[in-house]
Amino acid sequence: MDELLKLSGVVTHIGSYHILHGVDLSVRRGRVTMLLGRNGAGKTTTLRSIMGLWKPRAGSIVFDGTPIGTLDTPDIARLGIAYVPETMGIFSQLTVGENMKLAATTARFNAARLDDVFRFFPILKTKWNDRAGLMSGGQKQMLAVARAIVENRRLMIIDEPTKGLAPAVIDQLIACLLELKARDTTILLVEQNFHMAQSVGDDVAVMDNGRVVHTGTMAALARDTELQTRLLGLSLAAHQ
Amino acid sequence: MKRDWPAQLLLPVFLLAALPFMSFSTWLTLTVAGAAMGMMLFLMASGLTLVFGLMDVITFAHGAFISLGAYVATDVVAAMPEMVASHSWAAALAVLAAALTAAILITGVSGWIFEVVIIRRVYGSHLRQILITVGGLIVAQELLVAVWGANPIPIAKPAALQGSVVIAGASIEIFRLVAVALGLAVYVCLQLVLSRTRLGLMVRAGVENIEMVEALGFRVKRLFVAVFIVGCALAGVGGVMWGIYQGLVTPAIGPEMMILVFIILIMGGMGSVGGAFVAAILVGLMTNYSGFLAPKLALGSNIVLMVVILLWRPRGLFPLVKS
Ligand SMILES: Nc1ncnc2c1ncn2[C@@H]1O[C@H](COP(=O)(O)OP(=O)(O)O)[C@@H](O)[C@H]1O
Ligand SMILES: [Mg+2]
Repeated sequence: MDELLKLSGVVTHIGSYHILHGVDLSVRRGRVTMLLGRNGAGKTTTLRSIMGLWKPRAGSIVFDGTPIGTLDTPDIARLGIAYVPETMGIFSQLTVGENMKLAATTARFNAARLDDVFRFFPILKTKWNDRAGLMSGGQKQMLAVARAIVENRRLMIIDEPTKGLAPAVIDQLIACLLELKARDTTILLVEQNFHMAQSVGDDVAVMDNGRVVHTGTMAALARDTELQTRLLGLSLAAHQ
Repeated sequence: MKRDWPAQLLLPVFLLAALPFMSFSTWLTLTVAGAAMGMMLFLMASGLTLVFGLMDVITFAHGAFISLGAYVATDVVAAMPEMVASHSWAAALAVLAAALTAAILITGVSGWIFEVVIIRRVYGSHLRQILITVGGLIVAQELLVAVWGANPIPIAKPAALQGSVVIAGASIEIFRLVAVALGLAVYVCLQLVLSRTRLGLMVRAGVENIEMVEALGFRVKRLFVAVFIVGCALAGVGGVMWGIYQGLVTPAIGPEMMILVFIILIMGGMGSVGGAFVAAILVGLMTNYSGFLAPKLALGSNIVLMVVILLWRPRGLFPLVKS
């Protein structure tokens, strides 16, 4: 199977806390993989371990044939991985434009990509010269996603982009992700919003207590309410 | 820096508030003296505030780089006696340029070694940073004594920079004007680099959220080394100017200034170059005004100033957000 990213037995500690107990996860090329699970299951910690922001103590992380488990964060990012953290990581003192400039790998923007960004999120063009810290939560999330797509990247890792956002903004994000998906972008997406998960997800991995406890397709999980209740504590329908 | 009128008005208000207590010509003399001292303090503080802002690193060894710059200046100035004695402006500026260049190179390289040998080992732990850099300071001062001796070394001011000009009835030392010009030039350059270049963007972004800058693919630790080197070189520049200004260089010339430098960092908001600039001028002015009005209270008045500002703005005049 064509795996772009593969985690095997990843064990991560945060300080003296043992958080990940051997995570196995694969992300297939050109597909959207949903990482689901209850709050505190270890989803964010898994993403941070992939990015090298926490260093795994055991196990392996392989990206397109390259072991990245011991690399530093900048070197991992340079392999072509975009990361949108749960906290969005917006530089609030910088303008929207400056945030975007830092996300571009060269001093010049890729014009086609920038057009895409403005088409998905027109507000960013309007606010280009405003300080990013002055924007609303939804606009900041758009900027966070925009930074990830302003370059052509091989993998996008996005942590709960819809958290706390209004439905209209969520629809905008879904439209953006669907278009990226149509272009065969590989995405690893953590999401609690089931409407979004169902709209964009191909594959699914469910975490509980620091392990991946279920893998399969999104379609199969969406059909199986009993499985949802067992894995997530709630059914998809209840989430909508 | 965002538009923050109360904080930006502080400096003009402070200047005007001193005026009723003295004659205009005295005020002008003290104000220029205060601005000159402020600019030299800014040179010493500017790099340090970025070092703290970017990597949360506290170093007490910074004063040694100020001293080192001043000592380098004693050698350079002593090696150019004819040009020092010459009354031509060009000769004076050449002496100054030579001293500054030598100091920048030597403090920059020493700063690089200091980062690699010591600072790198204590990222992330303030306690260890404080302990090891206090130790580093003691070692560095002993090294200065080993090279230049324990006796104070006099340093001559180039002839063209001696003396004063009279402006609006106030006598103003020429060297102070040169110090103000140099400090302003450095401030403008720093702000341009920070606001207009990609490297500057990275520094500003890194001050706010270092993880995210790394997740965008930038090697912040290398950037930090560069910032540390620049900070040490600027301390060296400050040391050259302060040494020539004082006329006498001792191993303690830098460490003595560090109390004021830390007051400036705290007052301005740790990590903020603009804040350090305003705070340095405030401290320079306060030192000179109070030195004239109540000489015994000079240092105490700066501490009072800091306390008052912190009561008003607990995180300094221009605090930075960390996310
Ligand atoms: N910085 C931290 N220090 C200590 N424990 C943490 C830290 N971050 C997360 N945890 C713990 O790790 C577990 C997994 O957290 P996280 O990966 O954020 O879960 P999720 O993203 O699935 O909600 C939780 O029990 C959480 O309390
Ligand atoms: Mg999370």
